[in-house]
Amino acid sequence: MADTKVGQMSEDVVKAPSMMTGAVPTKDWMDVPAVFKPGNYCYPGKEEMAAYHNKNLPGLFGESRTWLVESDDWLLPENWKEIIIQGIKERLDKFRSFKIFMDCCVRCGACADKCHFFLGTGDPKNMPVLRAELLRSVYRNEFTKAGKILGRLAGAREMTFGVLKEWFMYFYQCTECRRCSVFCPYGIDTAEITMMAREILHLVGVNTNWILEPAANSNRTGNHLGLQPHTFKENAEFLLDDIEEVTGLRLNSLTFNRKGAEILFVIPSADVFADPGIFTFMGYLLLFDHIGLDYTISTYSSEGGNFGLFTNNELMKKLNGKMYAEAKRLGVKWILGGECGHMWRVLHQYMDTMNGPADFLEVPKSPITGTVFENAASTKMVHISEFTADLIKHNKLKLDPSRNNHRKVTFHDSCNPARGMGMLDEPREVIKAVCNNFYEMPENTIREQTFCCGSGTGLNTGEIMDLRMKGGLPRANAVKHVRDKFGVNTLSCVCAIDRATLLALMQYWNPDVEVCGVSELVGNALIMEGEKERETGLRFEPLEGSEG
Amino acid sequence: MRILKSLGIVLVLMLVAYLGAAVPGGPALFGVVFPWLAFLIFVGGFISKVVGWAKSPVPFRIPTTCGQANSLPWIKQNKLDCPSTTMGVIGRMLLEIFAFRSLFRNTRAEIHDGPKLVYGSSKYLWLFGLMFHYSFLVIVVRHMRLFTDPVPFFVQALEFGDGFLQVGAPVLYQSDLIFLGAVTFLFARRVVLPAIRYISLPADYFPLFLIFAIGATGVLMRYFLRVDVVSIKQLTHGLATFQPVLSGNISGIFFVHIFLVSILMAYFPFSKLMHLGGVFLSPTRNLANNSRMVRHINPWNDPSIKPHSYASYEDDFREFMVEAGLPVDKELPPKPAAEDAPAES
Ligand code: SF4
Ligand code: SF4
Repeated sequence: MADTKVGQMSEDVVKAPSMMTGAVPTKDWMDVPAVFKPGNYCYPGKEEMAAYHNKNLPGLFGESRTWLVESDDWLLPENWKEIIIQGIKERLDKFRSFKIFMDCCVRCGACADKCHFFLGTGDPKNMPVLRAELLRSVYRNEFTKAGKILGRLAGAREMTFGVLKEWFMYFYQCTECRRCSVFCPYGIDTAEITMMAREILHLVGVNTNWILEPAANSNRTGNHLGLQPHTFKENAEFLLDDIEEVTGLRLNSLTFNRKGAEILFVIPSADVFADPGIFTFMGYLLLFDHIGLDYTISTYSSEGGNFGLFTNNELMKKLNGKMYAEAKRLGVKWILGGECGHMWRVLHQYMDTMNGPADFLEVPKSPITGTVFENAASTKMVHISEFTADLIKHNKLKLDPSRNNHRKVTFHDSCNPARGMGMLDEPREVIKAVCNNFYEMPENTIREQTFCCGSGTGLNTGEIMDLRMKGGLPRANAVKHVRDKFGVNTLSCVCAIDRATLLALMQYWNPDVEVCGVSELVGNALIMEGEKERETGLRFEPLEGSEG
Repeated sequence: MRILKSLGIVLVLMLVAYLGAAVPGGPALFGVVFPWLAFLIFVGGFISKVVGWAKSPVPFRIPTTCGQANSLPWIKQNKLDCPSTTMGVIGRMLLEIFAFRSLFRNTRAEIHDGPKLVYGSSKYLWLFGLMFHYSFLVIVVRHMRLFTDPVPFFVQALEFGDGFLQVGAPVLYQSDLIFLGAVTFLFARRVVLPAIRYISLPADYFPLFLIFAIGATGVLMRYFLRVDVVSIKQLTHGLATFQPVLSGNISGIFFVHIFLVSILMAYFPFSKLMHLGGVFLSPTRNLANNSRMVRHINPWNDPSIKPHSYASYEDDFREFMVEAGLPVDKELPPKPAAEDAPAES
């Protein structure tokens, strides 16, 4: 739980002096230093974690060492400034996006109040434009004539330790959600700038453990939790017991690492492990059993979520590579992906480019409806919501939506499926088919304008709870709106990080609202052949009419 | 401070031109050499900047999807905000460039007791931004009259349209009014809104002052001071045909005007004004959202980055896997009862 009580924070965000509450800082932003104190930074990466990654991808993770964020000596390599400037240069040459975004911002401020971190903290450096200026100012100093000649007059400044601290603070208060980019007249995507900044920070070993360790786990054990194959399988099988208890059916369609299956199903690993993801997982299994899908889950490629995305494109590629490798080894026809946000950013916009071509797979075709997923013709990966929506459209599912009558549902568009993929209506189609009570949050807070959960890109770590609760405020506030207006008690989503972070967010701001994956709602509504009459939902909550 | 500095620079520039044009050789310098030079810098700088951008590849296809994607046939795609074809992208870019689509989405957030966040529609920036850019464009095109002979048809038509109110003599152009009004708004907004003031750099104020001064001197010349248009046209037409003629009747304010324009041209490629070029190349806008449909090629993709292999994964965990009934590629060696310690966790 957050350190600050919710009552106090409710006051703070409205009254404490900040740019959101009308207070104007007296000092120029370049003169306001970043000060770390417990609760406002993520713990740095453990020495062995950086060492592990450095072994796999030499040179990208700096020197491994034990360092303290609050210390004034981060034990940086002697030539750290050079490394950083060189790092910027290299990326300017590799990414047109970065180059253009460094040059084109007119500081119109259209993006300023679009960032959830700014709305929640009122910290001017959380305005996307200023977040970008933190790096842009150094860019000007090193790479533009005006900056070199005019210095500060041109908005340029030198790279110093103070600047480095600022970067570590504010590029880890950005969840790469891309909301700012929707509003920018030039499409400047501060998420992209944050990615560059984080890549560069890693070069000098400035990192966070909550990203490095899960990434190391994903590499070795296949999933970010570090579950070994037998544990992964066991966990999944526990959930078969739960399904049996709810439905009276023992499913025997779940297999692992099975060669010759038609479809490889990749999930975010939290779905076999953590509440409420496990209920989503139960939903997947019921669905596949219901339609008799020939699928398998891999323990080797058991993590859809890609923690590499939060470090650098190289590690992202390395972790992602497992999916195609495993699909090839097992000889499946195509890959189906579970509910996970960052996972889908990678799958949709990076995977094929990095690790394709997937010419050993077939263009995905639903074995049940015959629908060919032309939109995935090259990558050969389909999203579970696309797959389910298609099944529903073709009337292939027997559904009893009244089993979700105890739920008044709203839907949170996760940043990546919304703004990095454009998947907006598929999950809605599914929800509307399996629930009778669906309510949308206000239009400025959903679809392409959706607000982040406040804890994406590896920020869902316990030591920065206050910050997360502030960053999540815009989302929580929109949920509160439909809770008060329609009595919404369920916040559904298609993202594993959301299922973890929204849970904490709701417990803090709207304690009576539960969080679930869309597939959980599907699992509740599915009428399975030979099942007993259901008295509870998948999380053993009583159904409407069967309480008391 | 940032504001005053920028204003000061513009005032000094004006003074320099005014005084400079009055000394012998000044008119040639300010009326001929600087404009030519500035034009060269503008064209050369603009091209080299754009070429510089274009030199960096676009490694990933990363459009920001601002609407429903192309998906199942019965799900309605938002073809302009989330295009999946080249035609769609062209549509999106046209909207972005000519109608400032993204800016049109603008909202204003406020926090109230509760806490309660509210988002109001806020279209001022969009409106004044459009007014500014379009009137600027109209004015630039109108100025073509000074460089051409005969004056092209569309320039005349534009002049006529621009002056359709037919008030004043000489006829008042609406674009002049709109232009000065919009620049004033953009400046006022920067000063009045605390967040915008906080992020503004001298590089934001300077072009505003410069452009305002250009507009103001132009208006002064046309409507109030009534400068000698014939000799000015002689000069400007000469600039375009490389035979500039300087007659004695050109007043100082004209040199101020043309010098500021020269400064603007020379400053342009090195400043944020390059957003004019950048907007065409922005990868979050000018790419189709078809990443799963058509493979995008990254020229520097590194094939040597391989995933941790399945074989080494199985080597790590084979015993557990066998015990748990998971299929393995390589069976366990028939082993004596030795219990190997499992790999570290
Ligand atoms: S909206 Fe775009 S151009 Fe305007 S300040 Fe933000 S990043 Fe810069
Ligand atoms: S990407 Fe999201 S978190 Fe990052 S600056 Fe933009 S709006 Fe804020």
